[in-house]
Amino acid sequence: MNGAPAIELDRVSVRYVVPHERVPTLKEFAVRWLRGRVVWQEFAALSDVTLRVERGEAIGIVGRNGAGKTTLLKVIARVLRPLSGTVRTRGRLVPLLELGAGFDPDLSGRENIYLNGALLGHTRRYITKRLSEIIEFAGIEPFIDAPLRTYSTGMVARLGFAIATDVEPDVLLLDEVLSVGDVEFQRKCTERMLRFREQGATFVLVSHSLETVARLCSRAVWVEGGRVQADGPAVHVLSAFAAATGTPFDAAMAEEAERRVTG
Amino acid sequence: MLQTIRDIVAYRTLLGALVARDLKVRYKRSVLGVLWTMLNPLLMMIVFTIVFSTVFRFSVEDFAIYFLSAFLLWNFVAQTTAWSTACLLGYAPLIRKIYVPKEVFILATVLSGLVNLLISLAPLALIMLVVRHPLRATVVVLPASIGLTLMFALGVSFLLAGICIEFNDVVQIYQALLVAWMYLTPVVYPLDVVPAEYRWLVLANPMYYFVTVFRDPLYGGIMPQGRDFLIAAIWGTVMLFGGWWVFRRRADRIAYLV
Repeated sequence: MNGAPAIELDRVSVRYVVPHERVPTLKEFAVRWLRGRVVWQEFAALSDVTLRVERGEAIGIVGRNGAGKTTLLKVIARVLRPLSGTVRTRGRLVPLLELGAGFDPDLSGRENIYLNGALLGHTRRYITKRLSEIIEFAGIEPFIDAPLRTYSTGMVARLGFAIATDVEPDVLLLDEVLSVGDVEFQRKCTERMLRFREQGATFVLVSHSLETVARLCSRAVWVEGGRVQADGPAVHVLSAFAAATGTPFDAAMAEEAERRVTG
Repeated sequence: MLQTIRDIVAYRTLLGALVARDLKVRYKRSVLGVLWTMLNPLLMMIVFTIVFSTVFRFSVEDFAIYFLSAFLLWNFVAQTTAWSTACLLGYAPLIRKIYVPKEVFILATVLSGLVNLLISLAPLALIMLVVRHPLRATVVVLPASIGLTLMFALGVSFLLAGICIEFNDVVQIYQALLVAWMYLTPVVYPLDVVPAEYRWLVLANPMYYFVTVFRDPLYGGIMPQGRDFLIAAIWGTVMLFGGWWVFRRRADRIAYLV
């Protein structure tokens, strides 16, 4: 844990405008404005979240549906700009919020690798160098020049994962994406993740599976109603969360798993 | 603003990839491929030429060239700005998942329109050759004329994209406005058919100046007047920075709205 933290959130708040209260057209806006009724109902997705993640740390974010887990991840990934507060990350950030977010169904697998690589900020030359490696890891050589719309869901997810994790990330953001592909591919994914961990990458993982969090993370953050409810050693936080929500969770097994990870 | 420019420069590979994709996807499923870009203005021109040289008659020499030299430029501005109104919504799945400076999407849209404009200059040159319309050395100023028009189109695109993200009906309103705007611009008619008391209406229209500094060297074989060039430059600069300013103020909210 040397030097500056990898991720720093300082009193971050995010608010959404509740969709059905949005005024989507100029006409409607004018009508409502004339009636003196332009009301935006807001929903606080995150309130005053302060979080520090040290370099090399692996944290898991847990919480009920709609508690703000994904919003928190999006704020760290710069997708959403918070209404107030500051966000700082250090090093190369690789977001795995959704695999293949920038894929175009009409382009071939190869063309999509270039497009997606560019989205992650790589140059063309760099991608050309890594191309064969990416194709091999995704295991789609025979179809690489076919349009993406002919791919199966699993193939698309594999390709997305292969591109996103081709670089050595300093900070890796994961949102429930470890469950893609068949057993063989999952094993490859987990292997790659663990290698990144060994090389000192920082992990932020959002998951509904407490076992996954316990297996990969030493620290957990429990988010409830847009606030940090608990933050500490994974086993403690997960047990408390499991008790509060009635989720089955074996603390002893988790402790054993954590020893394996950290030890 | 400097920070934003640095940010955009860092994403230049993406910009190139998006432009390439735009062009590829647009022509991939058609047999004629990129030839369409050339055929399109050719077919369009044949229709317009028939209509405007038989139905409406203006005493203009080589009407096809006169019309087309302005129409291609007009088409570039009209298409790119109209595409930009909806382009952020088209990229919504991406904007919700990955951080990219939002200007990149507008730039990609306008630049792919620019490539279309440049490609469609080839059939125009071909037609000029066929009807033996002289091509003079004055065409060397065309890159400057196109550059100013590009600034203007970008500025309008930024402005519209910023507004449309909040008010979707502006997309339809703008479509209607475009039709009126085209007839306010001397594309199909020469300026001198406009009665003197209404001429100010045309002169207040920025598109008049862009069309003029493009058509003068290409069709007329004369250098554009310094005054027209200056006014085009002012419109281009003001629109670019004004539109961008409006866009930038909303850029952080775009991910919430799409």
